[in-house]
Amino acid sequence: MILVIVVGLCVKSEPLFEQQSLIEVLLGTVWSPLKGYFGFLPFIIGTISVTLSALIIAVPLCVSASVYLVEYASARVRQVVLPLVNILAAIPPVLYGVWGILFVVPLIGDYLAPVFGVSTTGYSILAGGVVLAVMVFPIMVSIMVEVLKTIPQDLRAVSLSLGATRLETVQHVLLRKAKPGIVAAIVLAISRAFGETIAVLMVCGNIPQLPQSLFDAGYPLPALIANNFGEMMSIPLYDSALMFAALLLLVIILGFNVVSRGILKRMEEINQ
Amino acid sequence: MSAIKRRLRKEKIARACMLTAAIIITGSLFFIIGTIVWKGMPYLSLEMLTQTPQGGFYIGKEGGILNAILGSVYLASLSTLLATVIGVPICIFLNVYVKKGSPLSRFSKLLFDVLFGVPSIVYGAIAFSIMVWLGIRASLLGGVITITLLTIPIVVRTLDELILTVPNDLRHITASLGATRWEGAKVLLKYVKPGLMTAILLAFGRAIGDVAGVLLTTGFSDNIPIYLDEPTATLPLAIFFQLSSPIPEVQGRAYASALILTIIILLIVICTQYLASKQKKNRI
Repeated sequence: MILVIVVGLCVKSEPLFEQQSLIEVLLGTVWSPLKGYFGFLPFIIGTISVTLSALIIAVPLCVSASVYLVEYASARVRQVVLPLVNILAAIPPVLYGVWGILFVVPLIGDYLAPVFGVSTTGYSILAGGVVLAVMVFPIMVSIMVEVLKTIPQDLRAVSLSLGATRLETVQHVLLRKAKPGIVAAIVLAISRAFGETIAVLMVCGNIPQLPQSLFDAGYPLPALIANNFGEMMSIPLYDSALMFAALLLLVIILGFNVVSRGILKRMEEINQ
Repeated sequence: MSAIKRRLRKEKIARACMLTAAIIITGSLFFIIGTIVWKGMPYLSLEMLTQTPQGGFYIGKEGGILNAILGSVYLASLSTLLATVIGVPICIFLNVYVKKGSPLSRFSKLLFDVLFGVPSIVYGAIAFSIMVWLGIRASLLGGVITITLLTIPIVVRTLDELILTVPNDLRHITASLGATRWEGAKVLLKYVKPGLMTAILLAFGRAIGDVAGVLLTTGFSDNIPIYLDEPTATLPLAIFFQLSSPIPEVQGRAYASALILTIIILLIVICTQYLASKQKKNRI
């Protein structure tokens, strides 16, 4: 089925390349379908910057929270917190979007931006990043907790008996040992973040421009597909451009998935 | 001795930071739900739940979102049913009939992992272009097909994890008693039954909350769908559309709709957790 999807998308997006080369499409900055220019750079940059800002927020929080849950917290705390994190995973994206509009966007527009001397409506890359960060919390935390649990107890015992404090054990032994697993968790989170559509679309502003700062509006790839699919039949080549966007997304996510699975699997084998 | 003091102080600070991180992450759940309840509560009424949109609903006049609630429930139950009917045999086949570790089973597992990660907008885009190709207009059927594609990997993967927890002894015993592989599969299914319900509920939750997939394929309508080929409103889409309206009344309704969706999801989660704990007890 994957093959069917990929081939179908390739065939559909092929007409685009009769007019423009791949490099032109990927690096072009002008997006005006009416004139026949399809530059994907603003959207690619938009996607990457939203994802990156989400990661910058989420990674440190998730690593330290999972270390706390596994190493410090009592079993009872873990039993309460982990199901709560799972509930967070079950909340549909549209609710994250509503929350983003109700809370994150005004917060950024009214309070955060003036501090930096920028004026913005709040619909910005940063807002998208915050919402996405909260959305990837559950994936990251649950995988990281699993990874930290697979580390043999002996290692902790040895390190502690050598006189290291708990923090030093975490820093020098556990995190080093768990590094591949943590990377895999991050990669999986990235692939989730890349494909997320609605929540980001609702808070990101959606202006096809090259964003200059975190407070500018961005326009990620999935949002592009969702916003323009209805009208694509009326403009020539528009449909194949959008199909190319879908293909691009699929290929990126496929790559990320394969990489992270590989890492996780190798880790399991090493620890067994 | 000041060195050890410094190290211990460092430990204390780090511990406090980690605790804060854990609190932020757990707190964000309550925060999200809290924001939605706080904003949605004033607009929530019986009318919202029991009526379809009347004339002028989208400029803030009377009416409810019964069409969207029912549409979502139809869509999610139909596609979950389809996904279960297709997904369970796949999983049984992969685990009972195909040799473990054979290229076929490894490859299909990787495939389902990847399908699980494909964003719903891509499914939506593909289904939409197929529908255009076949000449079908946006309808409940299109949405059901898209969401089924989306939920099959969820059912297969969750069930797969569950079957892995089944002790091998069970398999050996059924085989040594002279059961065929098909009969063995039936024993297996009986064993993972509460877990199967979890998988179905998970798929249902994902199906009811998805927007990107149905945005292009299901359309939108003010009527309660009767036939499969009618365009259908869904709850997340209703929230999305109402929220983009400039009229505060309509936006308020979007918050209330969000609250309804939250309640549905929370109910599903509670059921899932309950069943999961039952599955644990079921273990030999």
